Amino acid sequence: MTIQFKDETFRGDFTYANSPSNIPRFPFPFPEDEYMYSTNIEPHHAARAGSPFENAFDVDEHYVAEMKDRALVLAEDPGRCQALPHMETAGWDFLELVMVSKARDYPDLFKLTMDGDRWHWINKPLQIDDTFTFGDSSTLPCHPMEYIGRQVQGDHAILDQRDGNLWMDAGIITAQADWSLDFDIGMNFFEWHAPVPLAHELGVFQRALKFLLTLPQGQPSRRLNWTLTVNPRLDTSPENYPKWGPDKLTVTPENIGEKIHLRVELQTFWRLPRSNAILFPIRTYLMAMNEVVTQPKWARRLHRVMRDLRPELVDYKGLSRYHPILVEWLSQFDDGAPTSPGIFPD
Amino acid sequence: MSESLIEESIISRPTYGALKIVPGLAHYFLADASGAECVIRVVQELPRDMMEKVHILYVPTPGETALITSLYALGANRFEHFPTIDDAVAKLGEWLSDAKMGSQLYLAGTEGLVGQGVAKGEACGLDHTAVQCEHRGSLARRVQCVHCKTMIEDVTTQPVKCPSCDLLLLVRDHYSRRLAAFQGGCINAEDPSEEIEIKEVFK
Repeated sequence: MTIQFKDETFRGDFTYANSPSNIPRFPFPFPEDEYMYSTNIEPHHAARAGSPFENAFDVDEHYVAEMKDRALVLAEDPGRCQALPHMETAGWDFLELVMVSKARDYPDLFKLTMDGDRWHWINKPLQIDDTFTFGDSSTLPCHPMEYIGRQVQGDHAILDQRDGNLWMDAGIITAQADWSLDFDIGMNFFEWHAPVPLAHELGVFQRALKFLLTLPQGQPSRRLNWTLTVNPRLDTSPENYPKWGPDKLTVTPENIGEKIHLRVELQTFWRLPRSNAILFPIRTYLMAMNEVVTQPKWARRLHRVMRDLRPELVDYKGLSRYHPILVEWLSQFDDGAPTSPGIFPD
Repeated sequence: MSESLIEESIISRPTYGALKIVPGLAHYFLADASGAECVIRVVQELPRDMMEKVHILYVPTPGETALITSLYALGANRFEHFPTIDDAVAKLGEWLSDAKMGSQLYLAGTEGLVGQGVAKGEACGLDHTAVQCEHRGSLARRVQCVHCKTMIEDVTTQPVKCPSCDLLLLVRDHYSRRLAAFQGGCINAEDPSEEIEIKEVFK
């Protein structure tokens, strides 16, 4: 399988788009016609050839462009990549997991040769060919987390485990849905989720933490999360809210299909072997409404989910300004027919 | 009992108790004028021979001397006062860098002082179970502008204008112990022409 990497932008002229063949592999986040929070965690097994769940770290046509966007963010704001001093071992664990997985799953794109601690890494799409000593940060141009974080799609947080809790002690976060690593670094699981409405009362975080604290090595898990974003913008950080907030006023019934994007996070959870930390990749997929509605099942279901969304969630997810016109626009694709269970298109 | 008026809020927003002496090899206190009486309340209960374990740092309000005199009269091993929280917290860091296992830290006063004391204690490797906090006085907040990262002291209004980047910030309840600050984010980013009334809410 050869992937044609696209030359596209996530800012300015926003040339990002999905190829027709890429649309059906989108991780549509709604298995049913209604949505409410749940601790929807399942094993991160290889599932469905061609789907984003096939490999440990999915590589798609947007890989090269996303890595360019990450480099732009880090150049403007180095605080998007931070690690507390005790997280270096976890950074090496992360590097190893990504290199080993990508070299195994995409041998035509990535190659890893290990001679004891001397590692030789070739990343063909990004034209990287480096030799370094595993465990010795002086042989890399930067912290191991930053080095590999610049070569893997999605944001990555690394959670230290102690005192019966998880601590957000490191991360490379450039494509976030409105949360700040610089502010949240050092917080525990409940603290960094504090602003989320309803879920604390439902016990979602208590159950999720209990599950994660006992996550075994070699048995990763995953869940999907979602929001909506105006324009295919990856960097919707609180730091840059004055840049992307005004986009919400540009939505009209005429341009809604191209402007509003379903933003899905494929979140996975990996126990790391040396540090006992948890790697938390948050991989973002973006798809314009016009692309979503090419799949009739998704179009019907998205209308029903949006129409019945709880007001607190409309507000928390920042959809208030355009939610009514979106529901109206989606209704034209919903003939009331039943939808099949599960997230995959018919 | 604590006389804090803080209402129940989200989980990251700290809550405070009342200072109470617990067994320890050394007792470090940091207070401002609103917290001075908490220090006096618990230290004067101690037997004389324990006073050599007591170390007090104090930030008075300008011109005030009565509380300095009362705190000095407690007879602590060390007592020092500083004109600003920053200076007192820096001194706390020096003291804690020489502190032994089993040291206890007691913080009393406004939230800005307590929060910065907690952050310094954590940075010096003190376990959180060895730190006690009592909130007294103003509910003024220390706020970090999420956009330009400026720290804004003594914020009493909602929203507040960032003195550095001029954006009008919504002061959230989301709180970082490491930064000892609440998060401030632009309140009218989506429509900058929106007029928003500034109200005094953190008194």
